[in-house]
This record gives sequence, C-alpha cells and structure tokens, in this order.
Amino acid sequence: MRIGTVISFLVVVAWLVIALISPFVINDVNAINLEQLFSGPSKNGFLGYDDLGRDIGLRVLQGSTVSCTVAIFVVTVSVLIGTMFGMFIGWHGGLVDLIGVRVMDIFLAFPGILLAIALAAVLGPGIENVLIALSIVSWVGFARLSRAQTLTVKHRDHVIVAQALGTPVFTICYRHVLPLILAPIIVEATFAIAAVIIAEAGLSFLGLGVQPPTPSWGAMIKEGTRYLLIAPHMALSPGLALFSIVIAINALGDRMRDSLQIRRSALQN
Amino acid sequence: MGSLAAHRLITAAIVLIGVSSITFFLLHLVPGDPIEVMLGESASIADRQQLRTDLGLDAPLTQQWLQFHKDLLTLDFGESLYSKRPIAATLVERIPWTLILALASISIAILIALPLGVLAALHPNTLWDSAAATVSLLGVSIPNFLLGPLLIIIFSVGLGWFPVSGTERITSIVLPALTLGASLAAILSRMVRASLLEVLSEEYIVSARARGLGAVPVVIYHAMPNAALPILTILGLQLGALLGGAVITEMIFAWPGVGQLTIEAIQRRDYPLVQACVLVISFAYVVVNTITDLIYARVDPRIETG
Repeated sequence: MRIGTVISFLVVVAWLVIALISPFVINDVNAINLEQLFSGPSKNGFLGYDDLGRDIGLRVLQGSTVSCTVAIFVVTVSVLIGTMFGMFIGWHGGLVDLIGVRVMDIFLAFPGILLAIALAAVLGPGIENVLIALSIVSWVGFARLSRAQTLTVKHRDHVIVAQALGTPVFTICYRHVLPLILAPIIVEATFAIAAVIIAEAGLSFLGLGVQPPTPSWGAMIKEGTRYLLIAPHMALSPGLALFSIVIAINALGDRMRDSLQIRRSALQN
Repeated sequence: MGSLAAHRLITAAIVLIGVSSITFFLLHLVPGDPIEVMLGESASIADRQQLRTDLGLDAPLTQQWLQFHKDLLTLDFGESLYSKRPIAATLVERIPWTLILALASISIAILIALPLGVLAALHPNTLWDSAAATVSLLGVSIPNFLLGPLLIIIFSVGLGWFPVSGTERITSIVLPALTLGASLAAILSRMVRASLLEVLSEEYIVSARARGLGAVPVVIYHAMPNAALPILTILGLQLGALLGGAVITEMIFAWPGVGQLTIEAIQRRDYPLVQACVLVISFAYVVVNTITDLIYARVDPRIETG
C-alpha cells in the first residue's frame, strides 16, 4: 500500500505538471497529417493518430489541461460555498437549519450527474457553462458534510467557552469550529476532484462540454467509440489517461481517510 | 411510528415540489429566447407565437409555475416538439427499458459485491482483503463511458459473446448491465465488508461460533440479516448514481430507455421532453428512497426519528 501511495502521488503530480505546461510547450494539437490517418502507436506518434490525422498523444497530454482546470475550479468553489452554507445552517439550527436541509435535499434528489447534464444542455455548450453546471451540483456534498460536522462540534466545551467570552460568531466558526471539521472536508474534496474529472469527461462525452477542436478526454473517447473496430487506440488512449489520474486520486483519498481515521459514517451522512 | 411515516412523506412532498420547480425553471435558464433556440432562426413568426402560447410562456411566471404543476398532477407533460406526440405516451414506452436495465444492474452488482465483501470481512488485512479493496478501487474509478467501450472491445468485438448494442437478443442486456453495475458493486462490496466486520464482533456471533457452528452458516444465518440494513440503505442512496449513469450507459449501448431519450431530446433542443425526462428520473429516485426509509424504520424497531 505504501508503494501504491507513492506511485499515486507521482501520477497526480505528473498530470498536474503536464496540465500546467502543455499549453505552452505543445504548439499545435490540431495539426493534420493525412498520411497517418488512423495509424496506431509508432515512433512518429507514441499513441498514434486519429480519424483526422491528428497526433493522439499530444491531444491526450493537452486534454489534461481542461480536466484539471475544471476539477480545481469546481471543487474550490464547491468547498467554499458548501462549507459556508453547511456551517451557517448547522450553527444556527432551528428554522434556518430546517430550511437549509430541505434545500440540500432538493439538490440531492437529482440523481448523479443528471442535473449537470440538464443544466449544461439548457445553458449551451462551452467551458464556462460546464463550470457553472458542475458547481451547482457539487457544493451540496460539502454543505451536508460540514453541517453534520458542525452539529457535533458546536457543543464542545471550547466552543461554549468562546461563546461565553463573547467571541463574535464568525471568529468562533473560523477559529474554533473550522479547524476541527477540516480533515473530513479535505478527504471529501479529494474524492470530489476525481468525481468532477469524471463528470466533465462525461459531459464532453455527451457533446455538452468543451467543444472541438479543443482536446478533452471525454470528447476524444466519444470520437473514438465511432471507430472502435478499426482504431481502438482512439478511445483507449484518452480513456487510460483519465483512468490513471482518477484511480490515483481515489487511492490517495482512501489512504488519507484511513490515516485520518475518519469514520465512514461521517463521510456518508 | 405513524408520525415518523407522516414526517417522511411530508418531507418527500416538499422535495418533489422543489425538484419540479427547479426543472420548471430550466426552460427559463436557456440564454436568450427559448422559443428561438427551440425552433431555430428560420421559423415563421406565426409558428413562434403558436409555440409561445402552447408552452404558456406569455403568461406571468407564477401562473406558468401553477399551470406546470397542474399539468404534472394530471400526468400531462405536453407534446414533444420533434415528434409532436404526447410526451406521456413516449415515456410509457421508454420507462420499462430503463427499469429492466436498472434491475439487471442491481442484480449484477449484488452478485459481485456479496461474495467479495464477505470474503474480505472474513479475512481482514489479508491478501483476500486487499484484492477485494483493489477490485473496488478499480470499480469506482472507471467511468462507465470508458468501461462500456472496453467491454464492447473485449466481449463483442474480440470474443463475440454478446451483441455490440441494441436489444434484439436476450444477451443484449449483459454488457450495459455490467457497465452500469460496476461502480455500484464496488461501493456495495465496501459496505458489505464494513457492516459485516461490525456485526462479526458482536457477542451473539461469538456464541454461535462457540456452539460449534461453521463460518458459513454463521455468516448466512446470524451475521448477514443484521448487517443487511445499512447495506440496503446504501443501495437506495446509490440508486441515484445508477439512474444518472443510465443516461450515459444507454447512449453507449443504444438502449432505448429514458436516459437515451433525454440525450436525444437535448440534441434536438426538445426542452419540454428534457424537462419530463429529468422529472421522471428524479421522482423515481425520491420515491424509492422514501420507500426504503419507511421499510427501514419498519424493519428496525430501534429507529425512532428520521
């Protein structure tokens, strides 16, 4: 498991570096080379060429930029909004909590990425709308988690003392509650990054995400499924890239959850 | 008990109204004029006015909202813009396919998860356990739009065991069900392991073993019934991911369910149909979860408040 953790960490770091530098290093991912149409991996292109004669290897590398940008943006926004919302209603309790929980229930009632699909569909394609759609869906998980955690922490002695001393509510939440509930939120955020990467690729797979010719793993898999019989490397290359980063992030999340000894129930309530 | 059921039903009703309201507002989120987006720029002014009146878009927002919910209560979803058929009739054709696929996926997930989870729980921290953990990590990490094509390459193209897509043969359901059930199997096997481990340390298990019962009967007759409730809850909650995933899986395998209908409707900008599909899938999820909760409370007398 230790070796697995190190490998996972290296895989994630490698993809982040590639995502960061590939837009500057790789010149033209849309360059067309008609002689290489559908050709498999060779010394000319290490992952072969697609139906338009474009280098799949370069497109897979640059596809990481979209995935990582969307994942980091959506999870950051979701953590901020979700945690503030959850702590706010958990701290206030009573009617505020009741209404807040109903609001969360309503968002959670849309199964899986269905709401994101519907939102992306009506907003129209494009990366901004993907960011909006996925953020609207993702914040609820953090709200639910931080509300549950806040409820358990707010009756602790040090919080009651801080209240008795007249500490402003914001300071109590920021300094006395947040540090105690941060660990499960970080673990949840790790899993959420993997989930958002899959969701973005899913939207692109359905043609609702980033539009061509910008390389995106989901869109590349979609194009590849049309040529599974003659050129399986078209779907497999971006698929394995996606799989490698998602499994690495999930493995790190598992490891973190185990080492922080966070009870499963805390993450699932 | 009665008050718990009432409380749960009222909550479900509030959630359903919230879900339908968000779905109602989806049409108003369309940038610009939704009529223009749906009909295209070449449509005549008369056609546009006709559609605007049909959809009630010229009425005040509150009245539109009321009308939307009135229609909903009578199961009147209006007409598809593309096929001009009543949406309710189309849904009635498509829903059974999604239902069959969902049931097959859940069955496959249980068939994989039970042995895997039991094996891991009976031999914690051994090779069995880490093998099960690895399988479940693979299962949650592989998205269905990758697993589907992979299964097609291996089992349809390579081995020729199952059809690539469609519904012509009875074996057509195997690959879509496996694709959709894989991540559920992964999550479920972790849950089986965790709740079995919790139960296995109870005194009645120790006493059953002390009476000379073997490991297998103890698991089947003493441990599983007590570990079943948390597993059932997870199954209910994960149904949501399953139904959401069905949209993509049905696309991959050309499975004629509600999921495929949703994407077809999106591609044709048939927004009333999109709304109806989203509503049907979400309502199914809420109803199943409410029923799960009610059964849970009935089966386990320790539960008193929701």
